Amino acid sequence: MALASVLQSESVDFSNYGRQRRGFASGLYETELGLESVGGDSLSFALRTSCSNGDGPDRKIEFLHGTTTLAFKFQHGVIVAVDSRATAGSYIASQTVKKVIEINPYLLGTMAGGAADCSFWERLLARQCRVYELRNKERISVAAASKLLANMVYQYKGMGLSMGTMVCGWDKTGPGLYYVDSEGNRVCGDLFAVGSGSMYAYGIVDSGLKQKDLTVEEACDLGRRAIYQATYRDAYSGGQVNLYHVHSEGWTRVSQSDVLMLHQQYQSEKA
Amino acid sequence: MFATQVYGDNGKMKEYHYTGPVEHRFSPYSFNGGTVLAVAGEDFAIVASDTRLSEGYSIHSRDSPKCYKLTDTTVIGCSGFHGDCLTLTKIIDARLKMYKHSNNKCMTSGAIAAMLSTILYGRRFFPYYVYNIIGGLDEEGKGAVYSFDPVGSYQRDTYKAGGSASAMLQPLLDNQIGFKNMEGVQHLPLSQEKAVQLVKDVFISAAERDVYTGDALRICIITKEGIKEETVPLRKD
Repeated sequence: MALASVLQSESVDFSNYGRQRRGFASGLYETELGLESVGGDSLSFALRTSCSNGDGPDRKIEFLHGTTTLAFKFQHGVIVAVDSRATAGSYIASQTVKKVIEINPYLLGTMAGGAADCSFWERLLARQCRVYELRNKERISVAAASKLLANMVYQYKGMGLSMGTMVCGWDKTGPGLYYVDSEGNRVCGDLFAVGSGSMYAYGIVDSGLKQKDLTVEEACDLGRRAIYQATYRDAYSGGQVNLYHVHSEGWTRVSQSDVLMLHQQYQSEKA
Repeated sequence: MFATQVYGDNGKMKEYHYTGPVEHRFSPYSFNGGTVLAVAGEDFAIVASDTRLSEGYSIHSRDSPKCYKLTDTTVIGCSGFHGDCLTLTKIIDARLKMYKHSNNKCMTSGAIAAMLSTILYGRRFFPYYVYNIIGGLDEEGKGAVYSFDPVGSYQRDTYKAGGSASAMLQPLLDNQIGFKNMEGVQHLPLSQEKAVQLVKDVFISAAERDVYTGDALRICIITKEGIKEETVPLRKD
């Protein structure tokens, strides 16, 4: 399996661990970009242990991911906006997490779900993309990169990985945006928002995208506003808003704004 | 020592009233308490930990520090399950030696942090129950602190508290070192003396309110001259 080969350990049979996990009562709080926030047994990969409703491993309980990340395509590329809060249960472990992973100078990945899962697998994806570039003497397409990631985590489906990511980039066919998660979903689209604050973000972005042909400045403001609104209403999102713009030459880090400052700015604009 | 379900999930004892027949399952983990703290300055780093080793209502040892020296410029603080702390530090030491032999140089703090992340993630499905914080000097000689979660997610910080009293210490550090939630305050850089005094004060507060923290405080101060250790007594109750 991919994990074993990277770590050069003897290949371990992981299939038994899923069954054994139920017995381990542990107070482990993994830093999550917010998986379920139950107290007590909150191993973040306790997806299976909680579904003791007799339906067996087939029925999965949907957990909220305490974060807000969004990305949308527009005329001049892709805007990627994320918050920066990481929670371990109800404790805020950090307000300065980088939830956008720079895979290479023209590909970005966002993080939602288990922090370690996202950063590990996207770092592995960066390595695979580089190998592709060396072998084929051309950049990898966004579709191929997202497919590589989806296939890597599919091998671990059902074992408790938690990852909801958006792969954003610009390739030969123009701007590319794919949503990939640890359940095995991989969908292409023009707009995605992932996390517990996603509903609030969707509201803002949907209404803002109604008017056609946004300029870069307007699109950035829209992304920033959407994340700000989500942090305002969602307790598990907050910190700073990190904004990136992906264009034909690659990605640019547009801004990093503290939510408190944005709040004061928007309040004074309203007045 | 087994930890059975009698010791609730975060190491605190469960209520002592009869709730009915309880199935006692073997748990491979145990919670041994302890708090670790690291602060990065302009040209120094401090890693501090208390020295109490507990389990449930008992104290196993009053002299079990949680800071481990890795290289001349890096110290790691590990708290959580003592068994995993010991194994993890042994594995890190072995990997450091291997790196030294193959590359003919010592690992830098950033490299150790990245390596630890993959070591921890290698046990993604049966994690090391350890909260790690690495403190040291980076290649430019500036202080660096790297904080981890049990499965390897990490980031570089200026200051971080981990372990049982972390939720009590972190807000105080946010205010005093990060100047958070204060307006109109001058952001002065932290001097080494002020940082050491702050660490002592912060642990004294933690010992007042957290049962798993106390006995003594071990401070490791890392500068380009080397690593200096200081021990300060704390409440023993």
